[in-house]
Formats: sequence, C-alpha cells, structure tokens
Amino acid sequence: MSFLKLSAVSKAFGANVVVKSFDLSVRKGEFVSFLGPSGCGKTTVLRMVSGFERPTSGAIEIGGRDVTHLPANQRQIGMVFQSYALFPNMSVFGNVAFGLKIAGASKPEIASRVKEMLDLIQLGHLADRYPYQLSGGQQQRVALARALAARPQVLLLDEPLSALDAKIRVSLRDDIRAIQRELNITTIFVTHDQEEALTISDRVVVMNGGIAEQCDTPHEIYNRPTTRFVAGFVGKLNNIPAIVVDPDAGTVRVESDVVTLEPRAVAGRKAGDPIVLALRPEAVSMGTRSGDVVLEAKVQEVYFLGSVIRLKVAAAGVSLSLDIFNRADAPPPDVGSTTHVSFSSHAVIVLDS
Amino acid sequence: MSALDTASAPVGRSDPGIGRPLARFSGFWKWLGVLPFFLFCALFLLAPIVTLTDGAFRAADGGYTLDNILALSSPNIVASYSLSIRLSLVSAALGTVTGLLLAYAIILGGLPAWVRPVFLTFSGVASNFAGVPLAFAFIATLGRLGLVTIVLREVFGFNLYATGFNLFSFWGLALTYLYFQMPLMLLVITPAMDGIRREWREAAESLGATRRQYWTMVALPLITPSVLGCFLLLFANAFGTLATVYALTGSNYSVVPIVLFQQIRGNVLYNPNLGYALALGMVAIMVVSNVLYMILRMRAERWHK
Ligand SMILES: Nc1ncnc2c1ncn2[C@@H]1O[C@H](COP(=O)(O)OP(=O)(O)OP(=O)(O)O)[C@@H](O)[C@H]1O
Ligand SMILES: [Mg+2]
Repeated sequence: MSFLKLSAVSKAFGANVVVKSFDLSVRKGEFVSFLGPSGCGKTTVLRMVSGFERPTSGAIEIGGRDVTHLPANQRQIGMVFQSYALFPNMSVFGNVAFGLKIAGASKPEIASRVKEMLDLIQLGHLADRYPYQLSGGQQQRVALARALAARPQVLLLDEPLSALDAKIRVSLRDDIRAIQRELNITTIFVTHDQEEALTISDRVVVMNGGIAEQCDTPHEIYNRPTTRFVAGFVGKLNNIPAIVVDPDAGTVRVESDVVTLEPRAVAGRKAGDPIVLALRPEAVSMGTRSGDVVLEAKVQEVYFLGSVIRLKVAAAGVSLSLDIFNRADAPPPDVGSTTHVSFSSHAVIVLDS
Repeated sequence: MSALDTASAPVGRSDPGIGRPLARFSGFWKWLGVLPFFLFCALFLLAPIVTLTDGAFRAADGGYTLDNILALSSPNIVASYSLSIRLSLVSAALGTVTGLLLAYAIILGGLPAWVRPVFLTFSGVASNFAGVPLAFAFIATLGRLGLVTIVLREVFGFNLYATGFNLFSFWGLALTYLYFQMPLMLLVITPAMDGIRREWREAAESLGATRRQYWTMVALPLITPSVLGCFLLLFANAFGTLATVYALTGSNYSVVPIVLFQQIRGNVLYNPNLGYALALGMVAIMVVSNVLYMILRMRAERWHK
C-alpha cells in the first residue's frame, strides 16, 4: 500500500528534460532518500511533490488522492530547505505557529502544539528568540518543527544538513531520523552525501541524469548495485578486469587464473566477453584463507585510519584497495612487501567492461 | 598597517614619544578616505544650517529678532506649508504604492529577464527628469491643448477636462510629480525586493498560506522598513521641488520653495531673513520626518540586531 506515489513523472524546462519517467512508491511512515550528483533532478522531483513545479507529464498521488494539479498550499506538505528559510520577522514561536495559525487553530491549541514541537527538537527554552539569534543547527531544528507542527502528510527535506558543519550534521541527522520514526511521517530526504543517505534511509533512490537508476534498501544498494553508475557512485569499488570463459559454469579468467563465480552473476554473457569484477574494499582480505579467490599482491601504500587500516596493493594488473581492522599486536604490512589477498566469489559484483 | 606598528614597537618601548606620531599618522590615513565626505557635510549641510538659523533670527538691520519666526504663522505662509506637506505626502504615497507594485511586477512577477534592466535604466533617467522640461512635457501631453487631451477628445470622444481634470491643479501637480516619484521608488526599493527569498514564499505556501497571507504576514513586514525609508525619501524629494511647480503653475500654487524663492529673489516681496525662517521650517519638517522614520524603523525591525 503506497502512500505517496509518483507515476511516470517527467519534467522538462523548455527543451531540457531534467526528470525522465520517474516512478516511486513510498509507504506510510517510510523514509526515502534521493541520492545523486548535482543537477540530476533531485530538487526538481521534490518540488513537483510539493507543488512548486508542474510535471510535464505523469501523476502524483498522496494518500490515495491525485494531487498532480493541486496548488502547493493545499497539499499539506512540510518542507525543510538547505538555507533554513525561517521567517526573519517572527520569533521561534511565531515560526513554528505559522502553519497552525493559517489552519485557523485556536490560541491555546497553538500554544500547546508549539510547545510540544519545541520540546521535540529540544529548543523549548528559545521560543522567544529570533532566527538571527540562533546557530545554523538550531535554525534547522526550528525549520523542522515549523514543517511538522501542522501535521503534514509528507515531509520533504532538500539537503537540510548541507549548510552545517560536520559534527552538527551527524547529530541532527540522527535526530531527524528519530523524530521521523516517532511521528511515523512519510519522508523524502534529498542529499548528495551517500553516507547520509545510507545511514538514515529505509530506502534510497539513486538518481542520475533525471532517471531513478535504482531504488532499494541501503544494504541492497551497497551490496547489489544494479547499474554501473550506482556501483561507482555509492561506496568505493575495486575494479578487476576479467574475461568470461564459460557463462554456464560461471567461470571467468583473471590474468592467468580461472575463477568460478555464481553462474547467475555472468548470466546472459558470452564466452570471451570482457567484464569487470567489482569488489568493496572490505570484501578483500589479506592472506589466502578469506575466500575462494586468491591473488598474489604487492603492498603499495598503507593508510592508517584508526580502527581500520586501508591498504593499496597491486594485484591482477590493477591497484586494489582493501580494509583490515587495526590490531594492537599486529603491525600493518610494510610497503613493498609481497603477500596474498583473497576474497569470496560471492562478494563479486559483475559489471560491464 | 601592521608592518608599521611592528616596526615602531621596539622604539616605542624604549621611548614612547617616538612611536606615537607614527601611530597617529597611520590613524590619520585611515580617515583620509572619508574626509571629503565630512568636508562636504560641513560646507553644504552644517554651514548652511548655521547660516540660515542665524539669519532666521535677524532683522534686516542685522539685530536679533523673533519677527521672522512669528511671521511663519501668518495665514499665507501656513497655507503654503500645508500645501507643500499635502502635495508631498500625496505624491510620495502615490509614488510609493505605484513604484512598489511596479517593482513587484518586474522583480517577482516572472517577467522575461530583459525587462528588469530596461526598466531600471529608464527609471534612472526618469527619476532625474524634473523642472521645466518635465512641466513642458506634461503641458504638451495633458495640458488643455496637449496631444493626449486632443487625441482623447477627437479620436475617442472623451473630454478629459470635462471630467474636472486640470493639469494645473493640486492633482495635476501630484500626477506630474509621479513621473519622477515612481521611477525613484522603483530604484530605491529594488534592493529590498531582491532580498525577499523564494524559500520564504515556498515555506509559507507549503504551510498552507495563500499568496495574500504570505505577503501580509511575511513579505510586507520584512520590506516595511525599506518602504518607509523610501516613502520618506520621496517625501523629501517632492518637498524640495521648485522648478516643476513654478513652470507648471507659476506662482498660483505657492508651495514653500516658491514662497521662499520670492523672498530671496523677488522684487516685491524681498525679505531674505523671512526666507531663512522659511528654510529653517523646512529643515525642521525634514528633521521631524527623519526622527519619525527612525522610530518606525526601529519598531518595524525589532528582529534585527
Ligand atoms: N526553473 C528551472 N529552469 C530551467 N532549468 C532548471 C530549472 N530548475 C532546475 N533546472 C535544471 O534542471 C536540472 C536539475 O536541477 P535540480 O535542481 O533538480 O538538481 P539537483 O539534483 O537538485 O542538484 P543539486 O544537488 O545541485 O541541488 C539542472 O540541470 C538545472 O539546471
Ligand atoms: Mg537540489
């Protein structure tokens, strides 16, 4: 049962088609992120949901009602902008009360709801302040409370954390997710930060050039990207060139070794096709015993990151990154030393060459 | 600057007297850029005010007197102040409202991008178009034998002057003033209009507000201080206008600048000290309106630092 539904929504500005046949179905209370590079159409899709852009074609439904031609002020949507966009002439209280006032709520009703919202964002003590007297993080919390106060059907956030510094970003991100869960509000969150998208979403829509490339849980997106763009855009990838030997048996040749993959990984390919075996850094391990594929390797670079050590090694004619856990009793290998790396053939993502 | 300071520091420590002149010198250089401004103010603002204040309290023989000030309460001078204030208020109000609407249409109305620079450039010219040429332009178009008047009568069968309209009346003057007041308003309110962010409107609309509610609750309160400031500027602009009125109506409409003009240039009414008193009255009105403006602005802008 989908609560928010976009069916074949397209948007063109003049001859420039920026959103192409976009389908999306969001359940009530679900948290969906749009992730993609700058200019891929994330904001445009969001603005079509909020009613500030008209789709060139397609339909948008909220709660079973077709809202495609409904003006923005009748859609009951909460918006949070990157630039906070608080009304500078109103106090924190006034900002949060705005939607309730418009809806014609009574004074006591407004007072109690605003208090409730300010408690939710833990800024009850700042009700009388004006936006210019607040930090960026505080302003964005107030913007969130303002958007939620009038109980919208859908919450839309367009890069709400991009203007904040790293620490506040993380804490506000977690707060947004906690509040969203508590209120069970259907949410779309736009970001170009993959870590952000993967951390807080139920599902992530990876967008590229106005197209939804893949829409799935963070786990699926990360581990089983369906397109080369998604594989490359989300997380770091090692790319090992290979040649298909026997598609039915799932065998491929990496340099001079023949490696056996799951046959479905190479389904639909012919013998002799060049392919790329893509691997996450954490799927590759030192030594010979961590998987059925073993490669000889030479350590090129050692990056000590704290709990994790990232190594760059030369293997199979390319440079591979791999992550190992830091252990106090085992110093990292020396640069220039030769070793083996291994990985499980199940961890391989097969991509077009 | 800091290089100078550091260089002088060791010297200054052993002998405080040596470092000082250097520091004072650098302090002087800091102010050099604004010196012309202060010079200008002293010469053309403070000095004239002092002179005319002094002159307003002197008789023709040079002795001190209150006669000039008392003469300000004579019926014809009170009438001229009243006319000036009414004319300036009306034309400033008309200019503010029409200029604001024009600015809204040009900046936020979604017109093609080329419209804005065209209007702003034209406004830059029009807002400085006043005096005899402006009066003549209006006489040639909206006078009894003006082009527009005749075209309306001959082509459209509409007799403008039969409706009670008269270019050489109070409202005719106000209309003429509008020619430079509206573009001036457009020019001075444009930065404030530019400061209105699209996100505010979208936030308000997503919260259910109509366009009208957004304007009354958010946008107008935000630009009110600027609008007040612009209104005052337009008021002052109209208040000091002499040549346009004179060219249009001769001395039939005795606004303060005309009465003043007669006192210092006229043959019959020559009384420069009364002229000083009249000017002092104008300064007083400007001071009052400025103070009023600052009070209003402080109240309207309490959300600012
Ligand atoms: N009003 C408009 N008129 C013309 N083109 C537009 C308009 N709005 C957006 N575009 C174009 O549509 C494309 C998508 O823009 P959009 O703002 O949706 O991207 P985005 O994914 O949100 O990017 P970012 O991460 O930079 O915010 C861009 O190429 C942009 O130039
Ligand atoms: Mg965007």
